[in-house]
Amino acid sequence: MAEELVAIVKRECPTCELVAPVLREIAAGRRLTVYTQDDPTFPEGIADLRHDETLERSHRLKVETVPTLFRLEEGREVARAEGWHRGEWESVSGIAGLGTQLPESRPGCGALNVEPGMPERLALRFGDLALKARTIEVSDWEDPIEAAYDRGWTDGLPVVPPTDLRIARMLAGTSRKPDEVIGLIPPNLAECTVEKVAINAVMAGCRPDYFPVVLTVIEAALMPAFAMHGLLCTLHFAGPVVLVNGPVAKRIGMNWAGNALGQGNRANATIGRALQLLIRNVGGGRPQEIDRAILGNPGKYTFCFAEDETDPDWTPLSVARGFAPGASTVTLFHGEGVSGFSDQKSRTPEELTRSLAMGLWRVTHPKSASDASGGAMLVLSPNHHDIYKAEGWSRADIEAALWEALKRPASEVARGVGGVPVGVDPALGDALVDKFGRENFLLVRAGGRGGLMSAIIGGWTGQRNAKEIQVVTKEITE
Amino acid sequence: MIRNEPYLMRDPTAETAPAMRERVPPPADLKAATIGLLCISKERSEEFLDRVEMRLAEHGLNVLRFAKPTHTKPAPVNVIQDIVERCDVVVEGLAD
Repeated sequence: MAEELVAIVKRECPTCELVAPVLREIAAGRRLTVYTQDDPTFPEGIADLRHDETLERSHRLKVETVPTLFRLEEGREVARAEGWHRGEWESVSGIAGLGTQLPESRPGCGALNVEPGMPERLALRFGDLALKARTIEVSDWEDPIEAAYDRGWTDGLPVVPPTDLRIARMLAGTSRKPDEVIGLIPPNLAECTVEKVAINAVMAGCRPDYFPVVLTVIEAALMPAFAMHGLLCTLHFAGPVVLVNGPVAKRIGMNWAGNALGQGNRANATIGRALQLLIRNVGGGRPQEIDRAILGNPGKYTFCFAEDETDPDWTPLSVARGFAPGASTVTLFHGEGVSGFSDQKSRTPEELTRSLAMGLWRVTHPKSASDASGGAMLVLSPNHHDIYKAEGWSRADIEAALWEALKRPASEVARGVGGVPVGVDPALGDALVDKFGRENFLLVRAGGRGGLMSAIIGGWTGQRNAKEIQVVTKEITE
Repeated sequence: MIRNEPYLMRDPTAETAPAMRERVPPPADLKAATIGLLCISKERSEEFLDRVEMRLAEHGLNVLRFAKPTHTKPAPVNVIQDIVERCDVVVEGLAD
């Protein structure tokens, strides 16, 4: 059986310098090929010394550390020793008494082929990663960013040009295969692969570590219950609002604190944008075409934030919706934009609840009730939450009290009342009406400190069809 | 910007775009055609299509009515199949 020994080294590594005499010892008695990653003359005194200048050999052998000693049979790896460890080197080489002058063991150094950004470069170069999307060549005289505008790929802001290397790096953020189909993107119900998501995530400005979140956002948007098709076509203002819960939010650096609903955080900004670009580019959902929005809202560029889970007394939305504490999730809500709610005067939970209910009645129309209103996401700031927390109120207590406070006699909001024809059926008399369908009312904790303000994100009027259109939550898998 | 190598990007779209789609020529005569009216099931779609049907019937034309279960989602395959099998032209009834 053709057996050979192969070592991968670089001169820059002190452990490789240390084992140079051992390599000469092995070469004296066995068939040994040494590949050097940097200096083509290192180590000296080896008959079969080769320069792995392209790093192909290192890449193919999946080297992570130098030095690494391999035993190959018929060209296939059967054993490897990483760094210097006498016992392991003796076992791999089959030679006893190696390097008796050396210490028992020494850790190695990082190999050049696994330096940041290099594995993706090598995967593209040596054909491990074959992208399937068609190639668009940009001429010498074109600016790639302008070329993306010319092809209609952008939301109006510049996009990052989706080059192979950037796409490969994005794909390294997931273990999922590039050609896996994750669903059909409305409105055109175009087949969408992980690769297409990666291309649009690159364009949106995502980092590879956001990619599992982006993939889950897309999958959640494609759940039939969310009715993405209807949402992207609607005349109404609404678009998808993405809320992230769980440890992933902290890991990728999302903002749930000051200006959580505003600009300035890369993860918040680009994850929401990736969804919108995908709808536009793969699905074909473009404004003034099938997106029939009368006015739209700035959140249709991107609308994504995380919940503040730093208060142990607060139950995160994902947990309230049945997911395990510690699970990372995305929740998608059909939201129309942010309406500010300032109340500097309420000091008790009861006062604040009544006050918030007044603010929430403004959603859709101040006289519309559950048969005509969209729902709402109430983003309770930490200072407003403190008023509840001081009296020991939990999420469930706040939700239940708000629910009661949101009930009003139909006679107050009947058609014609106040000289306004919008409203509920006058025949309801003094019967109590709900503002929203209960499943469309979400409570979230986020925001900075220093002001008694919260935010109301009005829902989509389509949510009145509760059987067909629902808020969705999905767990993020790597 | 002058570069030595071509700058290559990957297409972010469904790659269905460049093929120019020819419009189906309109039927020369509606007398022999079956006209489908598709209700998208949004408020007042039916009222709108009732009126369209009435007007078409005044001209002695053949009309069939269809409906999507909900306006929030694309038409299911069986509805599309039914229309394709039985109609020559279709009017889709929006609302609002």
